[in-house]
Amino acid sequence: MKIKVKVNQVDKVFDVQAHEYLLDVLRKNDYVSVRRACDNTSCGVCTILLDDKPVPSCSLLAIKADGHHVTTVEGIQAEAEKIGHYFGQEGADQCGYCNPSMALTVYALKLENPKATDQEIKEYLVGNLCRCTGYVAQHEAIRKYLGDQS
Amino acid sequence: MKVVNHKTPSIDGLGIIKGRKAYTDDYAEKDSLIVKVLRSPHAFAKIISIDDSKAKKLDGIEMVLTHKDFKRIPFTRAGQGYPEPSPHDKFVLDEFVRYIGDEVLAVVGVSNEVCEKALNLIDVKYEVFEPILDYEKAKNHHTIIHPEEEIHQMFDIGFNPKANIAASYHMEIGDVEKSLSECTYTIHETFYTQAQAHVMLEPHTVNARMDYQNRLVIYSSTQTPFHVRRIIGHALEIPMSKIRVIKPRVGGGFGGKQAIHGEMLVAYVTFKTGKACKMTYTRKEVFESSYTRHPMRLEMRLGADKNKKLKVIDCHVLSDTGAYGEHALTVYMVAGSKVLPLYNKVDSVRFYGDVVYTNHTPAGAYRGYGAIQGNFALESAIDILCKKMEIDPIEFRQKNMMKENETSPIFAIMGEGTEGTAMMMDTCKLEECVIKGKELIGWDNIYPYHDNGEYIESVGMAIAMQGSGIPLIDMGSASIKLNDDGFYNLMVGATEIGQGSDTVLSQIAAEVLMTDVEKVIIYSSDTDLTPFDVGAYASSTTFVSGNAVYKAAKELKNEMLKEAARIFNTDISNIDFDGQIFTYNEKEMSLKDFSNQITYSHEQKQLQVTSSYVGPKSPPPFMAGFVKIAVDKDTFEIRVLDYVSVVDCGTTINPMLAKRQVDGAIVQGLGMAMFEEVKYSKNGRLISNDLLNYKIPTRLDIENLNTVFVDSYEESGPFGAKSVGEIGIDTPPAALANAVENALGVRVKSLPITPEKIMKLMKEKSNEKK
Ligand code: FES
Ligand code: FES
Repeated sequence: MKIKVKVNQVDKVFDVQAHEYLLDVLRKNDYVSVRRACDNTSCGVCTILLDDKPVPSCSLLAIKADGHHVTTVEGIQAEAEKIGHYFGQEGADQCGYCNPSMALTVYALKLENPKATDQEIKEYLVGNLCRCTGYVAQHEAIRKYLGDQS
Repeated sequence: MKVVNHKTPSIDGLGIIKGRKAYTDDYAEKDSLIVKVLRSPHAFAKIISIDDSKAKKLDGIEMVLTHKDFKRIPFTRAGQGYPEPSPHDKFVLDEFVRYIGDEVLAVVGVSNEVCEKALNLIDVKYEVFEPILDYEKAKNHHTIIHPEEEIHQMFDIGFNPKANIAASYHMEIGDVEKSLSECTYTIHETFYTQAQAHVMLEPHTVNARMDYQNRLVIYSSTQTPFHVRRIIGHALEIPMSKIRVIKPRVGGGFGGKQAIHGEMLVAYVTFKTGKACKMTYTRKEVFESSYTRHPMRLEMRLGADKNKKLKVIDCHVLSDTGAYGEHALTVYMVAGSKVLPLYNKVDSVRFYGDVVYTNHTPAGAYRGYGAIQGNFALESAIDILCKKMEIDPIEFRQKNMMKENETSPIFAIMGEGTEGTAMMMDTCKLEECVIKGKELIGWDNIYPYHDNGEYIESVGMAIAMQGSGIPLIDMGSASIKLNDDGFYNLMVGATEIGQGSDTVLSQIAAEVLMTDVEKVIIYSSDTDLTPFDVGAYASSTTFVSGNAVYKAAKELKNEMLKEAARIFNTDISNIDFDGQIFTYNEKEMSLKDFSNQITYSHEQKQLQVTSSYVGPKSPPPFMAGFVKIAVDKDTFEIRVLDYVSVVDCGTTINPMLAKRQVDGAIVQGLGMAMFEEVKYSKNGRLISNDLLNYKIPTRLDIENLNTVFVDSYEESGPFGAKSVGEIGIDTPPAALANAVENALGVRVKSLPITPEKIMKLMKEKSNEKK
């Protein structure tokens, strides 16, 4: 069946099957920044923004995205660059596999709660796992990004 | 130094966070065939018959592969140098299955869905055997896990499959029993470490195609592309000259991607059919059917004299390698060789025992690689001994531990799988690490504990050492070429897996060539294009590959000076070069002009050099780890308030990346210390097979990490560097166990240290009092 989705501000029509998850549909259509790390909503790596809210795409049936606006990191390049800058300054990137989805979630946090406290940052991002960095560097970078008003 | 020892951001982070194609699966060809494996439901069985007729008839199923399709060539997936110190005990597909999750057969089809459907239509009949699920009962069990005749060891590793022994080892210095009998204080304790899962976020992934030259090109998320090429060539009898392995960005490895996983089947299918294909492990497969850390039982006896000097360490270890013997011996030996020399003033040391086969998910390489197991046992035992002698554990360590310019006879005796190499500790700043850590954690204010009403705060510590590559075995090489316009290409076989090696190696080259990191364009890990390197393991990259880069850059600089001398028509010693300008008397020539000239105008030539490095020694990094915890008095839940790591890894090439690498290792170590645990059901099924049932630390589990480095310069390392990749993971288990005992007076001797275990010990303690 066909679904209409706005992906990164561009209107798209995808031919999907009823049981297909959005993650697979996006990857098939070359949005490779969205990646898989688990299969059951417990790692956050497949995060996309659905109408600006972070959701795991590995368990969102593609048909549910019909009529909605999907954002991948390709759609927030300027913000991702900014976040990436702070990540680089703090050494918060190692293998990087968690990074695009992290950028999306951090960006969504900024939209929702730009003055987030340390605890709020941690709670908002608790579903975004990272096995490499030990989190502290990311936390520093995220705090600096949220404080950046430019 | 202008570039080295500076906090350069990673060279690739920005592109990755912006979502560019980077990882293996991003490069899979569209419409690749999918390879899916049918996995064993039995812990130990023989395949009697396979009925795949229905599956084969499905539209979109290309082929079904069973053990009958493969010649019986035993190999090891371990991804080590050659000849491997792991037994050749694995076949591409076998008629025996040895754990729940082992490979039975593979289906190849046009989509995931059709493959899943096919798997459900295949009927396999098994003869089921009694499995061995308790590694303490494996040795000489009536069940023999590897009865097949063809399997063998490459050299003597104590391989004895008829007794379920994958490897065994024994060494003794002095006379342990005699020394023990002379001691005033002795302890005898047994410790257990659990299987831990790597949980690198990118699952094992591989894809392949035939290129226009009819060569097999494999993209693999691997730590060891050159070993992958060799092992595939051997096991599938494909000429190695026909295989090219490319390693794109790897989404974490931690040792789990040192070995071969889907590569063998994918290579076979593409080579056979000529069609592109791919395989990506599900998370469940990563858990059940890749690797874990080797669980171990470590029996420790320590003895000290009346002056509280440590005199004896006796260490009897049993290790569970699971169904196959990957890294069986080497992980085992590291549990001794990179732990026991920490206390080098003893009269006698013994380290011995077996690595046994069981019907568990195989164990393999994992960051810390035996050292974390050994460290937990030794550093826990030291604190127990200190309690008995009523001496401050830090004072005791200061008296007995390794110091600079000292050595241990163990280095010469124990290597990784073979004999070791004698070496002096030319740099060992352990003393400073301990003093600094003690101060940073505020030890004197808390030790042993501080009652906060609801919580008890306490501190604990442990010291650790690791290595920097395997001496005389690990080899790295680098090629550097000067391009027109005056920039460089650096080609290395070294394998960036997220540890930052591309950045660090570029920094080393840039420092030697007196240029900026941006002018050094690195390309790593393509078996066709880059020179050989053993790969990313054994904490070798900065030290081994870094030394190769250092040498190559020096040689290229020399070549450039030679050419400049020719152009100026003088002797090389008269030329000055500052990275930008060649100067001879009053005459100047920019690097840009120079490189353009030798590329385009006079006596043109390409300047390029290749250098290799193999270390005559493996200078260990050292560290002291200090933890501050709060234990809830009712629930015994532990919060880690602070972790102070003071590290001597020589001079850091990139202090920021090094610091963050230690941070990450500490958190992985804390995960193992506190809650990570691979769990099996009664029949051997892995229960903790997803991220809901296998918990890794989240950002809410981590409060504060304080990682610092002491001043240190290792003469044999590039710009004074030693390794830093693994050392961080070693101390958390023992430091935490020691902190718990300081808080509550009970000793947890098996990992993970859970509230339940503490509660049980507290009950026993209060019963004893009554
Ligand atoms: S892949 Fe979707 S949450 Fe892990
Ligand atoms: S950087 Fe590797 S998982 Fe986060």
